[in-house]
Amino acid sequence: MRALVIGRLVIREAGRRRLLLALLILTLIVMALTGWGFSRIPTITQRGVALSETQVKLISSQFLILTMFMFSFVLAMAAVFIAAPQISGEVESGTALAILSRPISRTEYVLGKWIGLAALVAVYAGGAAAIELGIVNAVVGYVPPEPVQFIAFVIGEGLVIMTFAVLLSTRLSGMVGGVTALVLFGIAWIGGIVGGIGVAFDNAGITHVGTATRLILPTDGLWRGAVYALEPQAVVAAGSGPAAAANPFYAAGPAPLAFELYVVGWLAVVFALAAYSFHTREP
Amino acid sequence: MDATLAIRTEELAKRYGRITALAGLTMSIPAGDVFGFLGPNGAGKTTAVKLLLGLARPSSGEAWVLGAPLSDRAAHRRARGRVGYLPELFRYQHWLSAREVMRVHCELIGLDRAGWDAEIKDALGIVGLAARADDRVGGYSKGMQQRLGLGVALLGRPALVLLDEPTSALDPVGRHDVRDIIRAIKARGTTVFLNSHLLTEVEQVCDRVAIVDAGRVVQVGTLDELLVTDAVRIRATGIENGAHDALRAFGELREEGEWILVQGVAAERVPDLVRAIVDRGARVYAVEPRHESLEDRFLSLLEKPKP
Repeated sequence: MRALVIGRLVIREAGRRRLLLALLILTLIVMALTGWGFSRIPTITQRGVALSETQVKLISSQFLILTMFMFSFVLAMAAVFIAAPQISGEVESGTALAILSRPISRTEYVLGKWIGLAALVAVYAGGAAAIELGIVNAVVGYVPPEPVQFIAFVIGEGLVIMTFAVLLSTRLSGMVGGVTALVLFGIAWIGGIVGGIGVAFDNAGITHVGTATRLILPTDGLWRGAVYALEPQAVVAAGSGPAAAANPFYAAGPAPLAFELYVVGWLAVVFALAAYSFHTREP
Repeated sequence: MDATLAIRTEELAKRYGRITALAGLTMSIPAGDVFGFLGPNGAGKTTAVKLLLGLARPSSGEAWVLGAPLSDRAAHRRARGRVGYLPELFRYQHWLSAREVMRVHCELIGLDRAGWDAEIKDALGIVGLAARADDRVGGYSKGMQQRLGLGVALLGRPALVLLDEPTSALDPVGRHDVRDIIRAIKARGTTVFLNSHLLTEVEQVCDRVAIVDAGRVVQVGTLDELLVTDAVRIRATGIENGAHDALRAFGELREEGEWILVQGVAAERVPDLVRAIVDRGARVYAVEPRHESLEDRFLSLLEKPKP
């Protein structure tokens, strides 16, 4: 299948251009730092008294959510930076001319790009998150309630922003597409907070803003799903109440199944749009 | 469609908004020919190639590439497996070696994996890149990149190769080499479609030429047909002044020092012309039929007043 030729090229490029190496080194540095941070939590004392095991786990869970938020943000940025110039860059440089003159359809080409990028997102997100969770477990003996679900949500978030950047890449230059995708990612995040404020103050209008941004770009909704997978029951119980809804590092409940299905449909539609958009593009 | 035609187009046109890039191209290119598509920059040559390869979609008209019509996308895609293409402005993945780029293209063409090595070795040999095949493309000079482009276009022994300005960025030695490569491609029985604004290139390698300007084919034919021989240059001394009037009966006269150029004289009347000069007491040292150069022809065609 010709799409796989393109997919393998994407992965090979990431390897050859030392992108994977740079990400690996930076991720290891972050992990070492956060690992050291986690190791300090049990040494905290309150008026000379050491924290109880429950308190250590509670603080660890919050620190982990914060760390993983940064990690998911880095993942989104990296996915956008790699995806945004994938197609537009090859069209601009003339690389696409030689490839598209071969017996390959535009859909196969876009699909190949997507497969390669999806593999990079999944391997990086899955690998790095698993190692970080392993480090936390080794250092403070804390394992979040749903580690696998968490990784799946983070990968989903990466796939969503990557697919969106691929769509933009069929029409916009890498720079414009990348900036646009990141701004929308930020808007979606803020939209989630705004929606939470709407819930807190029982304001339907503001709540709809949050829902709308969540549907246009479902990254923040997936992030909330990831947060929920990291939250121990004690945190969920303590945080219940509308005021906590605006907190971007908190989720009151799991992501609804309908939303998860919506995300799968969203990915399919945006990919189809990307393929259609590239069909009508003349390199 | 006639199986002996590598390319046929019928009123193939491409418009971008109000700009007409190609205005109704109709032509047939027999298999095995080296066909020159000659025109100034902006004449629509690259547009024509992109349409033939399905990289751009025609606004109207139809074209058949190796028998497959553009409108039948699946058939055209299959036909592209037997077409090689060297774009005018291109870059290959600079983080790959030449051999790796070629392997990617072997796979895209759908060649049997067992045959890749031999196929790549063959192409590298023809374009003279064998010694540098495992170096990263990013370190290649412009000339080497062009050779790589030609080599990639040759993979899979295509029935048709489209070369878009293959020598425009090369030095004279590189141009000479490319001409040799084109002859080697022809020797394999491959049809070559050569886009060029370089007359000498077309003059030296092409069997047939189409001259295009402003999106239209101005003239098509073999070089002999395009470059009519209806002039003769004669070097003679001692022609009496009064003789000129008599010679004007043969054609238009122009004096160039010791030479006289007689234009519009049919080949079979040249001996009579020489006799007429000798009869008037002149001494004839040389008689040369003069081919109109492609450049003259090109310029005269393009200079025609536009309506």
